[in-house]
Amino acid sequence: MMKKTALLLLCLTFSCLTFAKELPQDPLGSVQWNDMYNAFLKGHPAVFDDRVKLIAPNFAEDPMNVPVTVDARNLKDIKKIVIFADFNPIPLIARFYPTGAEALLSFRFKIQQASPVRAAVLTGDGKWHMAGSWVNSAGGGCTAASTGQVVGDWMDYMGEVYGKRWASNSSNRLRFQIKHPMDTGLAPGIPAFYIEHLNFRNDAGDVLAHLELFEPINENPVLSLNFKQRDKSTPIFMTGSDNNGNEFEAEFHL
Amino acid sequence: MSYLLKFSLILFVQIIVTSVTIAANFDYQLKATKVAENTYVFVGETEDFTFENGGNIVNTGFIVTSDGVVVIDTGSSLRYGNQMKEAIASVTDKPVVLVYITHHHPDHFLGNQAFKGVGIVALGETIKNINNEGAGFADNLYLMVGDWMRGTDVLAPNHVAELGLVTMGRHKLEIMSLAGHTSADMAIFDHTTGVLFSGDLIFHKRTLTTPHANFEQWLASLTTLRALPIKVLVPGHGPITKTKKPINEMVDYINWLDETISNAVNDGLSMTDAMQIELPERFKTNALLKSEFSRSITHLYLSYENLVFKRVN
Repeated sequence: MMKKTALLLLCLTFSCLTFAKELPQDPLGSVQWNDMYNAFLKGHPAVFDDRVKLIAPNFAEDPMNVPVTVDARNLKDIKKIVIFADFNPIPLIARFYPTGAEALLSFRFKIQQASPVRAAVLTGDGKWHMAGSWVNSAGGGCTAASTGQVVGDWMDYMGEVYGKRWASNSSNRLRFQIKHPMDTGLAPGIPAFYIEHLNFRNDAGDVLAHLELFEPINENPVLSLNFKQRDKSTPIFMTGSDNNGNEFEAEFHL
Repeated sequence: MSYLLKFSLILFVQIIVTSVTIAANFDYQLKATKVAENTYVFVGETEDFTFENGGNIVNTGFIVTSDGVVVIDTGSSLRYGNQMKEAIASVTDKPVVLVYITHHHPDHFLGNQAFKGVGIVALGETIKNINNEGAGFADNLYLMVGDWMRGTDVLAPNHVAELGLVTMGRHKLEIMSLAGHTSADMAIFDHTTGVLFSGDLIFHKRTLTTPHANFEQWLASLTTLRALPIKVLVPGHGPITKTKKPINEMVDYINWLDETISNAVNDGLSMTDAMQIELPERFKTNALLKSEFSRSITHLYLSYENLVFKRVN
C-alpha cells in the first residue's frame, strides 16, 4: 500500500513537471493521458499508430465483463504490450509478452466508469505504438464483490480451466476460461485476489508467451491467444499463479 | 487557466439552456390509440432509453370495462404513470381498478407508484425479480434519462396473478404465464376483442433484447401465442399489427441469433470478433439491430462458451 501511494505521488509530481511537447496529443482527449504515460510508459517515446487496433464496444453492457481485443499483428519486433484504462481505480489491466505468440489478445475486464481503454505496444526500436477507445459505462464493475465471494462457492472451482484449441496452417489458437474470483480489493472487506501470471510453453519447453494480469481482469477470466507454432500434434502447456501463491496448470490438445 | 474558464462558462451556459428548454415540460405526450373496442395503447418509440425520449420506448395499454379500467404495464417512471393516468381519464370516467405488469423490466413497471392503492398484479416470479433487481434498474434509468425519473421508486406488484380466464365487465381476459424474454413473462389475450398484449415476448420492427433471455422457453412461448385467434397484436415494443407476422419474424431472429453465436464460439471467435459479424439484410429494418446484437453477444456468449470449452486440467 505504501509502495502504491509513493508511486502515485511520484506520478503526480512527474506529471506536473512533464513538458506538453514531450507527449503527442491524446486523440481520446483524456485528462489522465499524461499521468498514464508517466505511470506505465515512461522512458520511451509514444506515438499513436493505426497499425495497433484496440477493439471494444463503445458501451459496457456488463461493466463486470467488457470484452476487448488488442491486435498489433501489423507491427514487427514486439517486446511487450501494456493495456490500461485511464479512469479505472486500478488502471493497469494486463501486460503481454508475445514471444512466440501473435500480437493478438482478447480478454474481458471490469470497468468502474466511462474511460479510455488503451494498448501500448513496445517495439525493438524503443517506441510505444498506441491505440485506444472510449468505453462508456453506467459503472460499478471494480468495487463490486465477485459472484464467487457473494455466493461463497469460489473455493469449489478455483483453478479449474476450461478451453479449446484450434489450428490453422500458420498458428494454433487457444480460448480458455480459468475459474478464479479475481477480486480487486476495492469491495469492502474482500482483499485483492487475482491471477498474476500465465505462462505458455510448447512441448520442447520454449516460452510461447507470458501474460501478467491485474485486478481489473474479469471474474473467471476468458482469454484468447494465437501461437505462431504450426505443429498440431504436440500439446501447449499453460502454468499460472495468483497473488496468494496458488498455482495451476493446463494442457491444450487439438 | 483561460481554457478552464472558457470550459466552465460553456458548461454553465449549457446547463442553463438545457434546464430552460426541458424543465418546462417533461411531457411524454402520451396519446391513447384505440386498437379495438374499449381497448387503447400508448405506443412508445422504437429506441433505446435516452434523455430525449425520457424512457418512453414501450407500449402500454388499457381496457375500459364496465367493472373499471384494466391497465397493462405502467411505463418507465412515476411521471409516465401519472401522465398515463391523466390520458386514461381523458378517455373514460371509470376508475383504474386493476393493473397487470407483464414482466420485471424497468420500462414496464416503474410507473407503478401512480397506481398506488390499486391492485397491481404480476406473476409470482416477476414480483421476486422486481424485489431483487428493481432498485438496480431504477438507478440505471436515472443515469440514462435523468430528471424524467424524478420521484420514481420501485413499487413491487402486490398481488400474484390468477391464471386463466378473468372476467372484467364483458371482457374475458386470458392471463397467461409464459417465459423466455425473462424467467416470467405474462401475456394477456382478450377473447372478447381478439387483442393480444404480448409484453416483450414480441418485439416488432425493433430488435429484441436478451439480458434475461432463454431461447428454448421463448420459442415455446411464441408457439403458444401463435395458436391464439389474434385479431390485434400489441407487442411490448414497436407498431401494432393485425397479423401474426411479427411472431414469425421473432422466431426467425431467435433461431438466427442462436445459430450465429453458436457458430462463432465453435469457430473460436472472441466476443469482439463476434460483435463484428455481418448482419443479414432481412433484419436491418428492425430498429437497433447492430447495438442489440452486440448487447446479446455480451449477455449470451459465456453460456455458449460453457458448452464448447472442455476441462483442460
